[in-house]
This record gives sequence, structure tokens and C-alpha cells, in this order.
Amino acid sequence: MSAVVTEQATVERPPSLIVQALKLRRTQVGITIATLIGLIALLGPFVAPFGSTEFIDSPNMSKVPGTVFGTDYFGQDVFSRFLFGGRSILLLALAATSIGIVLGTSLGLIAAYNRGRLDEVIMRTLDVILSFPQVLLSLLVISMFGPSNVLIILTVGLSTTPRIARIIRGAAVPVVERDFIAAAEALGESRRRVIFAEVLPNVTSSLLVEVNLRLTYSIGGIASLAFLGFTPNPNSANWGLMIQENRVALTEQPWGVLLPTVALALLTIGTGLIGDGMSRVSAGIDRGGKGE
Amino acid sequence: MWGFVKGYIARFLVKRIALGLATLLVVSLLIFLITQALPSDPAESILGREATPESLAALRTQFGLDKPIYEQYFSWLGGVLTGDLGESFATMMPVSELIGPRIGASFFLLLLASLGSIPISIVIGSYAALKRDKRFDTTSSMVSLILAALPEFVVGTVLTVLFATTVVQWLPAVTYLAPGEPPWSDMAGLALPVLTLVISVTPYVARVMRAAMVEVLESDYIEMARLKGMDERTVLWRHAIPNGIGPSLQVIALNLAYLAGGVIIVERLFNYPGLGTALADAVRSRDMPIVQFLTLLIATVYVVTNLLADIGTVLVTPRLRTRLK
Repeated sequence: MSAVVTEQATVERPPSLIVQALKLRRTQVGITIATLIGLIALLGPFVAPFGSTEFIDSPNMSKVPGTVFGTDYFGQDVFSRFLFGGRSILLLALAATSIGIVLGTSLGLIAAYNRGRLDEVIMRTLDVILSFPQVLLSLLVISMFGPSNVLIILTVGLSTTPRIARIIRGAAVPVVERDFIAAAEALGESRRRVIFAEVLPNVTSSLLVEVNLRLTYSIGGIASLAFLGFTPNPNSANWGLMIQENRVALTEQPWGVLLPTVALALLTIGTGLIGDGMSRVSAGIDRGGKGE
Repeated sequence: MWGFVKGYIARFLVKRIALGLATLLVVSLLIFLITQALPSDPAESILGREATPESLAALRTQFGLDKPIYEQYFSWLGGVLTGDLGESFATMMPVSELIGPRIGASFFLLLLASLGSIPISIVIGSYAALKRDKRFDTTSSMVSLILAALPEFVVGTVLTVLFATTVVQWLPAVTYLAPGEPPWSDMAGLALPVLTLVISVTPYVARVMRAAMVEVLESDYIEMARLKGMDERTVLWRHAIPNGIGPSLQVIALNLAYLAGGVIIVERLFNYPGLGTALADAVRSRDMPIVQFLTLLIATVYVVTNLLADIGTVLVTPRLRTRLK
């Protein structure tokens, strides 16, 4: 996660926000936790002792020789299911957030730059998407076409779009009114260049803060869909689905619920802490900026 | 009676309400188009592969699927407005009969969760703003940051492990309501769902409340009042609190809107027989009439709460009210 953001920022401008945020304890803790869980999610499948759907022993046994955490509701190895279960959530959430960033940033910038009628049309259209709270839009589409990865990415990405667009538009409106934008226009730069090369670099701190927030919620949303039972493959190992499957036997065999719960909690807290660290630094930058 | 409503306020009201209605109309159209842009034929999925062309045609006529799409949309919308919601694909029972009791159950859950979370979030948010950067503020902001990051079902699962199954067994892990029983007949079973919703929503809105109150307390007119030598109590009651009511309304709306989405997950987690479980079940069985109605209902709650909050905020905030002129 952090790698993606760093790379993006170094390309566009000196990474002052990130460097400053890295000095905060909460950002450091957040990056540590998120990286740890992220590594488990991405590399887990390579080190899992058993297959993700391999039958090991009788169901719901907390102590089975040769396993770390026993068997789940279906007699599969809990630890292996856990090691397999984070990857799809993390990858889908990253993909969905990326779609949200690209669409939301573009629409927000275009609205802020053009103002007037186009601004109204864009923002009112996005309000329609905003009328579907949380996973509702995904559920609506899944009910019709089934839970495929592409649809989950698209619907979750689409529902983060208006939120990012609002933030970016808000940050870009004062930038658009500044002199260097008028200068760039006077020099005959194309609209696209003005928007993406002149305005965009001035809203990256708002964007970075929002990206972490949206990633946190996308992870939560996608895991929630899995918890409701909406994964492309109903037998696949998935932290959200694991919690649902093993809930019934919580008293006899708690590991099948505890491991994915703790992992999801740590992952979202980690990304949340990174976002908070950045937003603190960014608020400081804005406050300093007012005195200029 | 309406003489006190000044022209500019009436204009604002009409404009804002019209915008809300337009949004809802587009939302309904979107829901209809997504659910009716059929790659598969619902008649076929109900009757299965063995269906004869005649029985398929009969079923299509029964659900009005043979009519042109715009006619289907208007008859659906008209039905929703008049309370005729059609029949469930899965059970062939009227949707209103299936959903009716569940609306009450979900409403009761929402009511308890809002009664718990609204006062707590307003108090925590305002107090943190007053004690800015002091210990209460930093502690509450850290706790709320952590809780706000967690998905509802993770919060609910942790609570279940703590209070129902593994650590202590004080509360039931699932709600048990026999059909026809009112939701308040199982108050113990409601404890964990309500607690989960309160814990999920409070940190999020307390942060909004804090930010809004910080802005109010930092604003020029508060400083002006202080510079005039007004005592701190008068500053608070005459200037800060009235301007803080607006943010509070926003907070209440955010609360309700968030809860409207949150119940989908939380009801499922505790097997609470409300709209959320009905929606999740209908999505799984592709029971489109129920999916259509419930998505529209939840979106409507969301839009209307935001609309009322926007209007309320402008009307009670002196600063915003005068800006309308």
C-alpha cells in the first residue's frame, strides 16, 4: 500500500507530505500493521501448509495434530484458509480504490475547473450514486448479475467516486482561481494540461488523505460483501466469508472466527492510522498556507 | 400562518426539495434499469429449464414483463407510490405482506441505535472541541479513529466473542423473534445489534461534530464577541451553541443515513428479522421485486434525511440563513 502511494507522489512532486507524515508515531504504527497484514494476505497462499479447500479432519475441532488452529466448519485447515483468505480482499480493495481515485479525481477537477453548468451536472449526477449507502449499490448489481470480481471492483469503486470527487473539487476550487492558472491559460496551454499538470499537483495532499480513507472503507465494504456470502466462488477462502461460515461453532472452535476478525481489524486500523497521520500533516500544511 | 417565511427562504426550500425529488426520481430510474436490464429472463429463472413457452408467457404476463420497458417502469413507480409493491418472485406472496413487519423491526432497531448514538456523538464531539488538544480530545480522537476504521461486522463479531460466546455469556449471540412477535419482545437479543451500531456510528459522527464545533469556536464572530468583553458563558450560549445546532443536525442526519446502510450487515450478523436480512436473502435468491423496493426504500431514507438536515441547517444557522438573501 505505502509503496503505491510513495511512487505516485514522487512522480508528481517532492514527497513533503509523506516525509512529514512518516515522522508521526501513528503513521509509523499504521504502516507497520498494514504492511504486516498486507504481507500475510499477499504471501500467505505460498506458505499455507494445506490447500484452501483441502479436507483435513472432522469439522470444528480446535485441536488437530499437525495443524496450528484446528479445523473449520467443513473440516478444512483454519490456518491455511486464513493464509489464503486475505489476498482477494486486499487486491479487490486496491483495484476498487484505484478506480475511485481516477474517476473521482478527474470528475472533481473537471467540475472545479469548469464550474457553472458542467459542475452542476457532474456533482448532481454523483449525488445520485451517493444516495446508495455503503454496500447497497454493490448488492443491487450483484442481485442481477451475480458476485463477479469485476462487478465488485466496479461497484465499490463507483461508490467511492463521488466522495473523492467532492473532496478534490473542494480543494481545487480555490486553486483554479489563483494567478498561475490564469497565466497558464494565457500561455495557451490546453485545458487538459491546465487541469492535470497545473491544478492536480496542488491538490495531492487532499488526495492522499482521501485515498487512505477510501481504501479503509473499500476493504471494509468488500469484506462485508464476502461476509454476506457474496464472493465469486462460494467455497473460496476469504476472511469475510470465514467469519460467516464459522460463526455457528464459535463456542467450540473460535479460531475460524478470531483469526480473520483480528486480521481485518488490524488491516483497517493500519490504513486508518496512515490516513490520519497524513490528514494531520495536511491540515498543518493548510493552516500554514493561510498565513502566506 | 406562513407569513413569516420570507421570500428568499421559500425560494430556497422549493429549490432544495425539488432537487431532492429529482434525485430520488433518477435513483428510482437507475434501480429499475439495473434490475430490469435483463441478461436473463426472470420468468425462466423462476420456472427453470423445463418450462414450456406457454407457461413462460403466462408468467411474463402475470408480472407484466411482456409490456414495453417504460410502461413497466411507470407501473412499478406508480405501484410503489400507492403501496402496491407486486409479488415476490420467490414466494409469489405480495411484497408488502413480506416486508411490512420487517419495516417495523428495522425501524425499532434504528430508533434504539439513534437514541444511543446521537446524544453520545454530539456530547463527545462538542466536548472534544472545547478541550481541544487536551487529554480528552487526544484520547477520544484516537479511540474513535480506531473504531471508525473497523467494518460493522468486525465490531459485532468482537462484541459477540466478548459478551456472548467466549469471554462471558451475558447476552444472546442472535436475536430470536417468532413471526408476528413485536421486536421489543426480545430486548436482550437486541442488545448486541444496537451496541454494534452505536459503536460503529458514534466515532464517525463524533469526529464530524468535533470538526464543526472547532470551526465555530475558531470563527471570527466568536473572537469578536470575546474581544467585546462578553463573558465566556454568554459567548457559548448566544454565539457558539446556536451556530453549533446546524452541525448537530448534520450529525443526526449522518447518523441515520449511516445506520440505514449499517443495518444490512448488522441484522445479518445477529439474524435480526429486519429489512437488511430480507435484502440479503432477496439478493441471494434474485427476488427482484423485493430487491427493487428495498434498495429504493433505503436510498429514500438516505436522501430524505440529508434533505431535511440541509434545510434544517440553513434555517437554524444565522450565518447561512442571511447568506440566502
